Amino acid sequence: MSIVAISFFVGIVGLTLVITWWASKKTSSASDFYTAGGGLTGWQNGLAIAGDYLSAASFLGIAGAVALFGFDGFFFSIGYLVAYLVVLYIVAEPLRNLGKFTLADMITARFNTSKVRGTAALSTITIVLFYMIAQLVGAGALIKLLLGIDYWIAVLLVGFMMTIYVLFGGMTATSWVQIVKACLLMLGTVIISFLVLKEFGFSISQMFTQMTTETEHGQAYLNPGLRYTEGLDTISMMIALVFGTAGLPHILMRFFTVKDAKTARSSVIWATWIVGIFYVLTIFLGFGAAAFVGAEAIIAENPAGNMAAPLLAEALGGDILMSFVSAVAFATILAVVAGLVLSGASALSHDIYGEIIKKGKMTDREQVLAARIGSITISVLSIVLALGAQTLNVAFLVSLAFCIAGSANLPVIIYTIYWKRFNTTGAISAMLTGLISALILVAVSPNIWSPIEGKAIFVGEPLFMLSNPALVSVPLGFLAGIVGTLLSKESDEKKYREVNVKANTGISVQDVSH
Amino acid sequence: MATNNNAKVDIIDYDAIAELPSFKALVKRKNGFLWSITAIFLIAYITLPILTSYTKILHQPMIGDITGVWIYSAGLFVMTWGLCHLYVAKANSYDKAAQAIIEEYKQGGGRV
Repeated sequence: MSIVAISFFVGIVGLTLVITWWASKKTSSASDFYTAGGGLTGWQNGLAIAGDYLSAASFLGIAGAVALFGFDGFFFSIGYLVAYLVVLYIVAEPLRNLGKFTLADMITARFNTSKVRGTAALSTITIVLFYMIAQLVGAGALIKLLLGIDYWIAVLLVGFMMTIYVLFGGMTATSWVQIVKACLLMLGTVIISFLVLKEFGFSISQMFTQMTTETEHGQAYLNPGLRYTEGLDTISMMIALVFGTAGLPHILMRFFTVKDAKTARSSVIWATWIVGIFYVLTIFLGFGAAAFVGAEAIIAENPAGNMAAPLLAEALGGDILMSFVSAVAFATILAVVAGLVLSGASALSHDIYGEIIKKGKMTDREQVLAARIGSITISVLSIVLALGAQTLNVAFLVSLAFCIAGSANLPVIIYTIYWKRFNTTGAISAMLTGLISALILVAVSPNIWSPIEGKAIFVGEPLFMLSNPALVSVPLGFLAGIVGTLLSKESDEKKYREVNVKANTGISVQDVSH
Repeated sequence: MATNNNAKVDIIDYDAIAELPSFKALVKRKNGFLWSITAIFLIAYITLPILTSYTKILHQPMIGDITGVWIYSAGLFVMTWGLCHLYVAKANSYDKAAQAIIEEYKQGGGRV
C-alpha cells in the first residue's frame, strides 16, 4: 500500500476521532446519547440520513452490479430512491411527533404494553444484526482487498472504530461521522463521474451508444434481463426496497434527532436530493467501470463486482484517486455500522432494559450507562457473528433486512398512525408474522439452498423460489395486522384520538402553556 | 422522567381537539392527499419491473441508443424530486391549519 493511501486512511481515522472527542463533551444525557439532544438542523440531518443510508452495498455494490449487469444493477438505485417518498409521505412527520428514541416508543405511544415494546425491539435487533453482519463481512473482505490486511484484523478494526464513536460520542459523533462521510462520498463520486463523462466526450447519448459495443452483451447491456430473469423475483425485490426503507430502525432513529416535524420534513428533502444525485451517478460509475476496466478485470478482483469503483478510480485517476476512493469506501462502512450499533443499542438498552425490565424508572445517568453497555453488547455480538460468517455469502442479508423492515415494521407503523380500530393484538400479530414469515421464507430460499455446491450455504433444492420473500411477507405482515385486530375485541378510540391529534398537530405542552 | 412527561401531556384535552370540525377537516384533506399521491407513485414504481419482466415495450431505443427503461427510470427520479417539493408546499399549508387549530383550542378555553 502506498504512502498516499495510508495518509488518506489515517486522515479519516484521525478526523473521525477528533469528531468523537468533540462530541463526547456534548454527550451527557440519554437524549444526547440517542438523539444528539434533538438539535440537528434540516441540512445536517439530511446529510446524516444520506450518510447512514448509502452503505458500501450502494457505493461499491451498485457500481459493480451496473458494470456487470447493466440496467439490472440500476434497479437497486431506483428502489432505494423512490423509497424516500414512502418515508416522507407516510412515516417521517408522525414518527417525529409521536416518538422519543426508538420505533417502539412511537408504537407504544398508542399501545403501552411490554409485549408490544418487546416485539418491536426484537424486530429492530434482528434487522440490525442481519444488516450489520452483511456490512462487517463486506467490510472485512473489502479492506482486505484495499489494504492487504487479514480479514479478521479488518473486521476488528472496523468493529473497534464503530464502538469508539458510539460509546464516547453517541448520536452526535455518529451523525457527524455520517455527515463527513456523505460529503466525501459525494465528492469522490462526482470526481469519478466527471472523469467518466470526459472519456465519453461529455455526451450522455454518446455514452449509451458506446456502451452497446463496450461489453460482451452488446445491445442487451442497456436492457434488463442480464441478471434477473424471473419476473416475480425482480418485483419481490423491488417491493422489499421501496417498503423496507421506511421501516429500517437506523433510518427511523434519525428523525428523533431534529426538533420538530418541519425539520424532519426538510431533512428528508435534503436526503432525497443527495441520495438521488448519488444514484444517478451510479450509472457513470457502472458504465465507466464496464468500459474502462472491463468485466473480466472486475471479476478477477472480486466475483461480486465490489471492486469496480476503486478499479475505475485507478484507471482514470491513478493511484491517488484509487487511494481516495478506497478511503471513502472505508468511511462509508464506518458511518453505516455506527448508525446500526446505535439503533441496536437503543432497542436493547432503552426498550428492553430501561422500559421493560426497569419499567422506565431510571435516572438519566443510569440510562446513559445502560446505553453504553448496550452499544458494546451489540458491537461485540456483531463482530463475533461477522468473524464466524467470513466464508459465507451473506450479501443477501442486506435485502433480507429491508424485507423484514417492510414486513414487520412498516405495517405496524402505518396502522398505528392511520387506523382507528387497530389494537395490541393486531400490532403483535403484524410484527411477529412479518418477521417470522420473512425469516422462514429466506431459510428455505435459493439464498440458503442450491443444488450446485458452493452457490449457496447448503446443498439442496430450495422449497421457496423467490430469493427475496417481500412479495409474500409484506402482504402477510399487513394482513396479520388486520386479522389480529379483528380477532380481538379490544379497541381504545380515546387513545387513537390522542395519537391522531399529536401526529397531525405536533401539539405538546409548550404549545398550550405559553 | 418519562412518567413525568406523560403526566404533563395528559393535561391537554385531546378529545376536544379531535372533535373540532377544523381538525377533522384537516385530517381528511391531509390523508386524502397523502394516500392518493402514495398510490400514484407506488403504481408508477412497480409498473417498471412489471413492464420489464413481462413485456419488451421499454426495451426499444428511444433517444439515440438510450432505451425506454432508462427514460422511464429518469421519469421516476424526476417524479421523486417533484413529489418531494409538492409535499413541502402542501405540508406548509397543513402547518398553518394545525397552528390555527391549536389557537382555536386555546381560545375555546381548552384546559391547559
